[in-house]
Amino acid sequence: MISHIDVSSVLKRSVCDLYSNLVTRPTGAAVRIGIEHHLDEIGDKSLAVLDFSHVGLLDFSCADEIVAKLLMQYVSIDIPRREVYFVFYGMSESHMDAIEAVLERHSLALVTQLADGDAKLMGHIDGEQRRAWEKVCEMGSAMPADFAVATGIPKETAERLLETLWRRRLIIRQESGYSPVRGATAGLSPNGLLSDDGSTSGGSGVQVS
Amino acid sequence: MTTIISAPSSLDDHTFEQIFDQLAPLPPDEKIVIDCRRTRWASPYGLTALLTVAQTRLERPTLAIPELEDTASYWNRASFFKHAEGLYDISGKLPRSRSGSESSVLLEVTPIAQTQDIHTVVTNIQTRSQAILQEKLHLESKVTMRFTMALSEVCQNVIEHAGTGGWVAVQAYKWQQRLGRWVVVIAVCDAGMGFRKSLESSQGPRPTDRWDDGMALEETVMRGVTRFRDPGRGQGLAGVKKFIGQWDGKLSIRSGTARIAVLPQWDEDVALKKDLAYFPGAQVQLTIPERLADQ
Repeated sequence: MISHIDVSSVLKRSVCDLYSNLVTRPTGAAVRIGIEHHLDEIGDKSLAVLDFSHVGLLDFSCADEIVAKLLMQYVSIDIPRREVYFVFYGMSESHMDAIEAVLERHSLALVTQLADGDAKLMGHIDGEQRRAWEKVCEMGSAMPADFAVATGIPKETAERLLETLWRRRLIIRQESGYSPVRGATAGLSPNGLLSDDGSTSGGSGVQVS
Repeated sequence: MTTIISAPSSLDDHTFEQIFDQLAPLPPDEKIVIDCRRTRWASPYGLTALLTVAQTRLERPTLAIPELEDTASYWNRASFFKHAEGLYDISGKLPRSRSGSESSVLLEVTPIAQTQDIHTVVTNIQTRSQAILQEKLHLESKVTMRFTMALSEVCQNVIEHAGTGGWVAVQAYKWQQRLGRWVVVIAVCDAGMGFRKSLESSQGPRPTDRWDDGMALEETVMRGVTRFRDPGRGQGLAGVKKFIGQWDGKLSIRSGTARIAVLPQWDEDVALKKDLAYFPGAQVQLTIPERLADQ
């Protein structure tokens, strides 16, 4: 299931309908809780597109409360709340400044989708993982054996790398193999590897397809 | 007994030390009069620090306002008297309100006591100051966003650490003699617990003879130590430092008896000054110069 979450709408609903800037820790915490409530409603395996298109300013403290603390609940831990993948969409250069800083601080990484549809990795990620992620994007979908052949690395290494990227929720694991995390917004279709019932539900700021 | 505190003719972060020097030996319940009659100019730091001085006094102080009409009018347009009247007995004739805004005042003196105040500050800067930041300071819109982020973070420091309300003001002016270009100055002052007490509140005093306000500032500003156990804390000030460094700006923070500064090449201030007259809380100033064409 793919869920589109308009972060600006969550801000207006959770904190104040006059605000358009994500500033201060209490604001960030309120918005994160609002997003978590949505995630609690959309199933055990889902892709959340967090849309920052209508957010004015995002400061470091708010980025830490929203982005870092949200990711930490779902990635890089042994028992995450559930299998949720994130795509960060519509981010400006100044949003990226704040988010990049908090990702580095917590050794986190995320996938951001640019306006042209290209996906990009941000945050703390080493060269080997980055190359592997780019290869998965290039292949579209890959089983470890295919990935090993395509990259010329041993199958065990390929399995380890893909598992690491999956644990960090930077790629999606399904029976058909691993595939890149990509959003379904701005006219882009989902990568088709998550179950997609085609339904749309309301809720201000949240669209589930 | 009433003590007269003489304000210098020019009131900025350096000359305000003269006021702190006169205040430090006085008991907090002593009646004081801050005499600004000869003051001709005040920076955002001067105005916001004057308000915090009043917050430290148990006996309501008196403020003798500048005699020079232009100065008093300017302070009025910067909303200084609006807040000063709540804290001081005012001596002297308050200027009549003038319509029209002062173009160099990017943000009037504004109280910071709760989270929503920061939203107000950020919104006001965004809606009213973009033009001057871009035209006079030659800040591109993406840089004005970073400027506003820095402003937001220093304001949050008051709410997170001071334990009391503070004040913020932002002004742009031309440093003709000193730098020959425009600067924008942010001042955020409070009279709260200050950096040393904030750190001690979670970890106690450091077991070293060196532990003082200067070391607390070094740990916080230079090494990113905070009183919180949350590893995400301390990023705001780190972000401000990064922005200041990228933009050739200056950051100075006074707390207790010390002042620390992150210095650009154009400034000859000292990085750490200790043994200043004690004043509670934290007084922060950010100075961002106009971008030159070849930068």
